[in-house]
Amino acid sequence: MEARTETASGVGGALGRLPGWALAAGALALIAAALVALALAGGDALPERTGPPVEELAVERTVLEPNRIELSIRNTGPDPVEISQAFVNDAFVDFQADATRIGRLGSETITLAYPWQDGQPYIVSLVTSTGVVIEHDIPAAVETPAADGDFFGLMALLGTYVGIIPVVLGMLLLPAMRRFSSRWVRVLLALTVGLLGFLAVDGALEGLDLASASGGAFGGAELVFLGAGLAFLALTGLDRYLEGRRERAAAAGSRGFQLALMVAIGIGLHNLGEGLAIGSAYAVGELALGAFLVVGFAIHNTTEGIAIVAPLIRERATPSRLLGLGLIAGAPAILGALIGASIDNAELSAFLLGVGVGAIVQVIVQIAPAMRDSAGRVIDAANAVAIAAGALALYLTGLLVNV
Amino acid sequence: MSDRNNGKGFSRRKLLAGGVVAAPTLALLHETIPHQGLHEALGGGEHPTPARAADAPASGHAAHAGIPTHANGMGTAGPTFRGGETVDHHANGFNPTEILRDFDYGRTRRLASGRLLREWDIVGADKEIEVAPGVSFPAWTYNGRVPGPTLRCREGDRLRIRFTNGSEHPHTMHFHGLHPAAMDGIPGVGAGIIEPGKSTVYEFDAEPFGLHLYHCHVAPLAEHIARGMYGTFIVDPKQGRPDADEMVMVQHGYNTTFDAEGNQFYAVNGIPFHYMNEPIHVDRAELVRIYLVNVLEYDPINSFHIHGNFFHYYPTGTSLEPTEFTDTVVQGQAQRGICELHFPNAGAFMFHAHKTEFAELGWMGFFQVG
Repeated sequence: MEARTETASGVGGALGRLPGWALAAGALALIAAALVALALAGGDALPERTGPPVEELAVERTVLEPNRIELSIRNTGPDPVEISQAFVNDAFVDFQADATRIGRLGSETITLAYPWQDGQPYIVSLVTSTGVVIEHDIPAAVETPAADGDFFGLMALLGTYVGIIPVVLGMLLLPAMRRFSSRWVRVLLALTVGLLGFLAVDGALEGLDLASASGGAFGGAELVFLGAGLAFLALTGLDRYLEGRRERAAAAGSRGFQLALMVAIGIGLHNLGEGLAIGSAYAVGELALGAFLVVGFAIHNTTEGIAIVAPLIRERATPSRLLGLGLIAGAPAILGALIGASIDNAELSAFLLGVGVGAIVQVIVQIAPAMRDSAGRVIDAANAVAIAAGALALYLTGLLVNV
Repeated sequence: MSDRNNGKGFSRRKLLAGGVVAAPTLALLHETIPHQGLHEALGGGEHPTPARAADAPASGHAAHAGIPTHANGMGTAGPTFRGGETVDHHANGFNPTEILRDFDYGRTRRLASGRLLREWDIVGADKEIEVAPGVSFPAWTYNGRVPGPTLRCREGDRLRIRFTNGSEHPHTMHFHGLHPAAMDGIPGVGAGIIEPGKSTVYEFDAEPFGLHLYHCHVAPLAEHIARGMYGTFIVDPKQGRPDADEMVMVQHGYNTTFDAEGNQFYAVNGIPFHYMNEPIHVDRAELVRIYLVNVLEYDPINSFHIHGNFFHYYPTGTSLEPTEFTDTVVQGQAQRGICELHFPNAGAFMFHAHKTEFAELGWMGFFQVG
């Protein structure tokens, strides 16, 4: 012990007497100086890239108005890109832009003058200063809805139909479920896990799909996992915090209600993603609005209501609290529809879908302990059947709504 | 809209160039294309005097006289480069308006035998060309221009073409026409490939009379042609042809992506849409003779169509009798022919590839008949 101290003071007696923050600051200054030196000297020591500039552009949003095609373009490559000319379906067109040179990660909106026809496919080709052609597909041209009051009203209505109403309807089964024996309550929770598990896989696949379609300026698939990880950690933290408060204030709330709240939040974050899909499908004219969609989503999402109230079977719950849970689970669909229809950014959508996935996984982790039978097994035969039934129920009802 | 003209990235050079070409175009479009909003689009309804192409620079004072910056409506009025801008011909070192009537007869002297000897110096050169406003293309050229110089002679002349390869790539000059095998300008025969820095002389008699072409024949052949190594070779018949306003039109394209699948730009005489901006001025009183050559690479055919007029067509120009009276002719690569016509009516008449895809990608222009 003594020897080590002596060695330390022998090597750096002066350093040893400095406080920790000063050492850290000194180290940071040294790192900064080294980085500056590297940037100034190191860059010159290396040869320039041998190949031509790497020109990559991603179209983040397409707005179609009569005789106009507006593209929001982001430079997703390492080098600046100059958009010199543009042609649509093999005809050069005039276009307007504030600037045509887009720096790395920069974005620009260009407006092309083109008499597009409703429902027809188009390929917009952007010619860069080096002659590279970057193509953007418009599978079917449809006038982009204007973001006015009517539009927001419609999105709110859509979100209410597919989000809030079905969830609340599902919660109406609570009185009947209260009659169940504890064995059947466990089965019901297992069914919920099956439902949630399917939603998690579904959301993850959709998020990965979107991520691969995006240009990748801000990442692709990792955004889904980042969203999922952050949501999982945030909700776990929230749960621990609520748990701590509940324990301190003894009778302030019940474990069952807290679990229901967590399930509602998880499903709410999932419904945000569902709303996103609906909103962006509407914006590109791919959404068949109508009774079929509404009824389909109602059947699909009613099961989510069952999942929320399942932890409350042995608890007392006021109607206002239940309605609150319903809103937490359903209302994000409205927000999602608004974001999806007005922003329509693949990377943001992928991230938010990931958030939904993380939230659901966290909820599954929460519910699992309550499924234990007398022998302590989480998955007994009955639960296994219930989990499978839950997943199948969502798969089958999902066939009704294909957004 | 107009503030873009003054905005950043819009150089004075382009502004002036725009004014130069806008004046004739403006009057022209005004006469020919009925389209709502175009009038305003082209600069507030001014009526500049139409200028002959040769006079056009003089009208360059109209700095803000009308670059068509009004995007609305341009879509249905026809294809265009962004804002109706044009390329920097000065930096390119050639202007399609000048190429049109530029016939290079070479240096001549009488040989002891009494025959006429024509000599040319042709240099292969790598050159960045602005093929469309803001789009540069690393071309391989003869004498720094695409297409290369139009070499013209008379049947029976002795021709001597000294080719010096100033490019970084190996090239040759392969002429269509009758010549000894050693003068064929292909790898492995005669002088074969002319390596960078080397030179050779191709020498042969001018025969048969007609409209021919020359191009590089080094592999990969398609790329050497697509990069710009081609030009027109005219052998006049001994007795000559009737006096006419003569012009050459080389149909070609630029595959700027180098994917060897079609082209991104199509043109006659070097620059897409050029004769939309600088119409070809012709006279009703005069016979017009067009030496029409197709060297388009990667696309199987090309075509030429003229509006409101018919022409007599002489395939390959090897007969003095026309084979057809038509307004459209189709040519495969290296096919060529002479079109002769009188324009009975004054006004603007469009000409373009009646492969309309090519037209809308740059192969279109106007005759302005006075």
